[in-house]
Amino acid sequence: MTSFRFDKGGLIERQTRLNFSFDGKAMTGHAGDTLASALLANGQLLMGRSFKYHRPRSVVTCGAAEPNALMEIGKGGRLEPNTRATMQELYDGLVAKSQNRWPTLERDFGAITSLASSLFVAGFYYKTFMWPKKFWEAIYEPIIRKAAGLGNLSHEADPDRYEKGYMHCDVLVVGSGPAGLMAALAAARSGARVVVADEHARLGGSIPKEREEIDGRTGTDWAGNVIGELSAMKNVRLMPRTTVFGAYDDAVFGALERVQKDVAEPDHNVPVEKLWRIITKRCVLAAGAEERPIVFGGNDRPGVMTASAMRAFANQYAVAPGRSVAVFTSTDSGCRTALDMKAHGVHVEVILDARKDATKIDTGGVPVMRGALVTDVKGGKHGMSGVEINGHDTIPCQSLAMSGGWSPVVHLACMRGAKPVWNEELSCFMPPAHDPWIIPAGSANGKWRLGDCLADGAAAGSKAAADAGFKAAKVAVPKARDDASHAVSPLWWVKASTGKAFVDYQNDVTSKDLPLAAREGYDHIELAKRYTTSGMATDQGKLGNVNAIGILAEATGKSIAEIGTTTFRPFYTPVSFGALGGQHVGNHFQPVRRSPLHGWAEKLGAAFVETGQWHRSSWFPREGEGWLAAMTREVLNTRKNVGICDVSTLGKIEIKGKDAAEFINRLYSNTFLKLLVGKARYGLMLREDGFVGDDGTTSRLGENHFFMTTTTGHAAQSMRDIEFAQHALWPELDVQYGSVTDEWAQMAVAGPKSRMVLSRVVNADLSNEAFPFLSAREVTVLGHIPGRLFRISFSGELAYELAVPAGFGEAVASAIMHAGQPHGILPYGLEALSSMRVEKGFITHNEINGRHTAGDVGLGKMVSKQKDYIGRMMNEREGLNDPDRMQMVGIRPMDPAKRFRSGAHLVGLNDKPSTATDQGYLSSVAWSPTLNSWIGLGMLKRGRERHGERLIVWDGLREVYLEAEVCNPVFIDPEGEKTHA
Amino acid sequence: MATLINCPHCGRRTTDEFYIKGDASKVRPTAVGDGTMDQWHDYVHIRDNVRGRVTEYWHHTGGCRQWLVVERDSMTHEVYGVTPAQKWKPAGTKAAAPAVKAAARKAPAKKAGGKR
Ligand SMILES: [Zn+2]
Repeated sequence: MTSFRFDKGGLIERQTRLNFSFDGKAMTGHAGDTLASALLANGQLLMGRSFKYHRPRSVVTCGAAEPNALMEIGKGGRLEPNTRATMQELYDGLVAKSQNRWPTLERDFGAITSLASSLFVAGFYYKTFMWPKKFWEAIYEPIIRKAAGLGNLSHEADPDRYEKGYMHCDVLVVGSGPAGLMAALAAARSGARVVVADEHARLGGSIPKEREEIDGRTGTDWAGNVIGELSAMKNVRLMPRTTVFGAYDDAVFGALERVQKDVAEPDHNVPVEKLWRIITKRCVLAAGAEERPIVFGGNDRPGVMTASAMRAFANQYAVAPGRSVAVFTSTDSGCRTALDMKAHGVHVEVILDARKDATKIDTGGVPVMRGALVTDVKGGKHGMSGVEINGHDTIPCQSLAMSGGWSPVVHLACMRGAKPVWNEELSCFMPPAHDPWIIPAGSANGKWRLGDCLADGAAAGSKAAADAGFKAAKVAVPKARDDASHAVSPLWWVKASTGKAFVDYQNDVTSKDLPLAAREGYDHIELAKRYTTSGMATDQGKLGNVNAIGILAEATGKSIAEIGTTTFRPFYTPVSFGALGGQHVGNHFQPVRRSPLHGWAEKLGAAFVETGQWHRSSWFPREGEGWLAAMTREVLNTRKNVGICDVSTLGKIEIKGKDAAEFINRLYSNTFLKLLVGKARYGLMLREDGFVGDDGTTSRLGENHFFMTTTTGHAAQSMRDIEFAQHALWPELDVQYGSVTDEWAQMAVAGPKSRMVLSRVVNADLSNEAFPFLSAREVTVLGHIPGRLFRISFSGELAYELAVPAGFGEAVASAIMHAGQPHGILPYGLEALSSMRVEKGFITHNEINGRHTAGDVGLGKMVSKQKDYIGRMMNEREGLNDPDRMQMVGIRPMDPAKRFRSGAHLVGLNDKPSTATDQGYLSSVAWSPTLNSWIGLGMLKRGRERHGERLIVWDGLREVYLEAEVCNPVFIDPEGEKTHA
Repeated sequence: MATLINCPHCGRRTTDEFYIKGDASKVRPTAVGDGTMDQWHDYVHIRDNVRGRVTEYWHHTGGCRQWLVVERDSMTHEVYGVTPAQKWKPAGTKAAAPAVKAAARKAPAKKAGGKR
């Protein structure tokens, strides 16, 4: 137990005690704690095991870049792995578990890999597991999979709600530190709508983590005042706990707001996380800078952390990792930590300043050793006991603060492809210049001094507001005491290290791996990253990347600018799938479309099937009936008596205008110009490449008034194609149209008795003379409902389709059922409809699959040569008219009870199934109650001349091998006598 | 790709509201018998993979349902202009489709200033 909490100080609420547990151990903390600070306060320095070597690890940062202290938080469906303890707010009842250890954090079996660490060098996986080849699947991969990954999932459904939202503003300020607050103030006072987003629970950025004075008062006092002013302004929205994770084109930013990640039981009426799309005019990037660790032996021991993290834990949370501190630094930040720790009463042993020529600054009497390098850290899993200097002397201490310089958090400025720019003088990568929307400010802009950050923020805020069209307001820049110069002389790694020196903590990449990668030819930074896995962990190399680049530069003899960085991509920090999914989960994944006759079918006991977004009545089972029995009964009854079926899901388009006929004539391959008023016609639409695109019926209700139907599944695309034809191809045509799919309830009434039934519902003479096949007329239904009656048939029976306004659908369908009762009317569903259409050889999108021409499906006569229309020319291509093409045929198994399925291949009787012998395939299959046989529609090479021939239906997936006969695709009533009756 | 598109009818809207059909630089050969099969092949199938300025047909499916022509840079993502399809005239043409017959027959329409 080395880490501890001070008796006083910090910004925690000591009067509020919070109970939580870590690996089953009960602990307490205070409001204002993070999980990390609370663990340190409870003496729990050991927080996890590293990924590859299972080395004991503790926190190394105090913020978003934390690579080590990753934990499973929560229980059941709420369990969230890989949560950074430094970002997790403590709450009462929090349950945390360490990861990547077995059986316990204390005694971890995997740690033996550490003993064999010389084997686990860069490229280890590539080198080791490639041989013998067959071992990969059987042995290596399962073992690696088991060992890989950090936390576990509960495999239970997440009970919480997530939401997505849009937000609009003029100036988005990312980060609420000194620069961010000044920028917000300047922009807000100019009248701009300002959003301030900060990933931490407490606004203020570095201010609560440092002991600094601004305008003669404490930093937190000053920040509190500014935040107070901002929150009182109507044009400002302050968003703590909100990570801006991505920058996109046109000044659109992605942000994740953690709304209820600080409670054990979230309010179910409020989302736990919210994914925001923030649309702004300008963004002030005041995201701060990340302090770099130094790469030296033992730099991963619990007790070693960045100097700024140690200060932050002490100043904001009143905790320290040990009772005595040494500082190893190549910047002045290390000296500031020495002063702060001393102020909190922690003994500071020594400052080891790697800079031989550092300027003398006030260290509060702490001795300074110049040119001293830490070569190893002594100690065990519960903490350190001392540091080894220059390979020999050991100085006893319980914790070590390190500072290797600062890296501006440039991510958001680089996500659209621009590369950061190396600045030799500041020894860091600067945000790329000339972003059209992003204005970097403060330490994200390479300003290390507090006063410079305040001034830079104010200037950036004013510029952002002015760019967004507001008259800049004057903002006085407060005074700050600037002692630290933060001058850095980069020290990429301590070559004389005797212990293992880590570059990437989370992926266990050491200082030796990068030169090795370079020696083996992986000297490009993008290759070295993948070969060594440096920067590929969940922290994406926030701490280690610049050190890795520095080491690679030394190893290759190139400059850092030449090496450059890897590519920055969203997300800045991990975003949960819950937030990305938002509301679109379960039944809300996509909208559900219900036909106006849905309720009617439901009352009749329909079973529904999902086809795209539609829920369609599929069959109407009676007690004990399965789908096949129900469908069989429905088909037989329709063919013998009469049936009624919901066909409302068909795409319906109302078309009007002087040029409506001409327009429709250019959409269909067959002619429509001369269609008579009161008539319907079956139409075929081609795609511009000549293949069949869709089909349907179009009726002429008036000289310049048409009603078009499309197939259900293609309705949206057909509408878009029609719009394209008019807007882009023939804008000169005078035509108007609109989708009316949802406006009409449409029902098919089919069967020999359909005329008798409908005559009792519709006020019209339905005799064959007065209303012959393909009639289409507006009628009155039940004496007062305006309807449209079409004599068309998809079943091959005498049949009608009746459309009525959606709201009347259920009443009319019920009235038809009532009128049909004496005639034995029964509802039928999609299954019966499909079976009857296969019996009649009608095509659907099983056949219209983008690979077949009108000729292929037996509709070659519907392709006009007399007019221009979509697909006219390309349909004439030689290959599309090759007599060897597949043509639609009927297929009947020799044994009618033997089932085959669509997708099965057709091969010759004596052929071994293969690509070479393949002659076609089954596109649609149905049980035909009329013929008492399985039947299919298929596409077969030269099929039309092969009726009567026998062949094999082969389905390798379902192990079907059946003899079958080729026949006319119209299985029943090929002359259409019933339809015309 | 741009994140926001300034629809001439609806104003600035996010790209998820749009359906993108593709190249708008080609002219459809019109009328029966017009255009050789080569021209039709070019119109239907041949697309340059342009790095730089492109013109594309976009459909504002989640808004006004109008077909638009978006001129944009495939590399920098800059959007130069959004035009209703009815008013769009591909480069090298004087008016909408019908008047372009002769030009289309001689030389298949070329990229609108696209650089490779
Ligand atoms: Zn629009």
